[in-house]
Amino acid sequence: MGMYLLKTTAFAAGLALVAGSAAVAGEDSTLTINGDLTISTAAAAPSHLENIDEVVSGWLFRTDETQSLQMDDFDNPSFVFVDIGIDLWEAVDGTEGKSCSSCHTDGPEEFAGLTATMPRVDADGNLETLTEIINRERVEKMGAEPWKYSKTKMASLTALIGLQSRGMPVNVAIDGAAAPYWERGKELYYTRVGQLDIACSGCHEDNYGVMIRADHLSQGQTNGFPTYRLKNAKMNTTHARFKGCMKNIRATPYAEGGDEFKALELYVASRGNGLTVETPSVRN
Amino acid sequence: MASGVKPRVKTPKKATAGEAFTIKTLISHKMESGQRKDKKTGELIPRSIINRFTCEFNGTSVIDISIEPAVSTNPYFQFDAVVQEAGDMVFTWYDDDGSVYDTTKSVAIG
Repeated sequence: MGMYLLKTTAFAAGLALVAGSAAVAGEDSTLTINGDLTISTAAAAPSHLENIDEVVSGWLFRTDETQSLQMDDFDNPSFVFVDIGIDLWEAVDGTEGKSCSSCHTDGPEEFAGLTATMPRVDADGNLETLTEIINRERVEKMGAEPWKYSKTKMASLTALIGLQSRGMPVNVAIDGAAAPYWERGKELYYTRVGQLDIACSGCHEDNYGVMIRADHLSQGQTNGFPTYRLKNAKMNTTHARFKGCMKNIRATPYAEGGDEFKALELYVASRGNGLTVETPSVRN
Repeated sequence: MASGVKPRVKTPKKATAGEAFTIKTLISHKMESGQRKDKKTGELIPRSIINRFTCEFNGTSVIDISIEPAVSTNPYFQFDAVVQEAGDMVFTWYDDDGSVYDTTKSVAIG
């Protein structure tokens, strides 16, 4: 497991090495959960990626201790929140006296595969995230108040729904109606912002595998989101993470749930097309 | 009673008599240390933690832990035990507010 650190550090040290070994997944690139679910943590890059040959999960960039937390669902602290999600699934809320389970009688298993294709374009041509779908259902079907975008309730329920897609390949649509949103996201990804004048690509494309002070830069893949982070002991959503990144480069973050982050969520997810959904993952 | 408290225990369904097996336990609890201040009022937030955790097997103490405020949220304990016969393992957590949470797991010999 720790091998990846060495290998990727070597990437940074010698350009020749990058070309030589980037396409080969290391023998330690397999994540096995509960001893029976094998997750491939590296894949050939989707064709739209111009500068990377292989996409790799953030799991590979973590320490052995953090990696092992994700290899057993009892050890994985995310499951405290998945349990909260199960309680919320059954909880009656709003004027209609309904819970999620009132309509979705087959349980959250009904949404197997959903997270792997989110965000997506709805029938009206608007880009929608899982969070927005949940809040729409809460307002329209349950007569309940929408939840805050990245707070515990929403993150827990999206973790429960995301868990149903664990082990499936990420496969977000980027063509057709999604194309303009994807282009917008790509533009944001490569646009330098903030006082430090860095774009997403500056760290997660040009320098992944390198230490940025004490942090090991990953490719910034979202296949494990929402993810439990040891630093704040809770579930973190993609938009909350984007916000954190923007603060780190001393930029003014866009709004969670806003058009910019939704487009960026689509683009970043598409960079992981072919990777395996790991939700709910553990990161530092 | 603190909210969202839920004990979880993982034991093997079957153990071999005389051979050690691993028990994992976790209780979801916010473990308020008593050192933090309310940001709005400046008042100290009262301590509210799990202060003791025990495990008993057929009435015999397996482990008895006293927990202090420095232990972080959702305390997790993992330990090994050896049993000679089948029986029930009783896990008990004691909350500062007087609440007691317990859960029981049967261990078979096979």
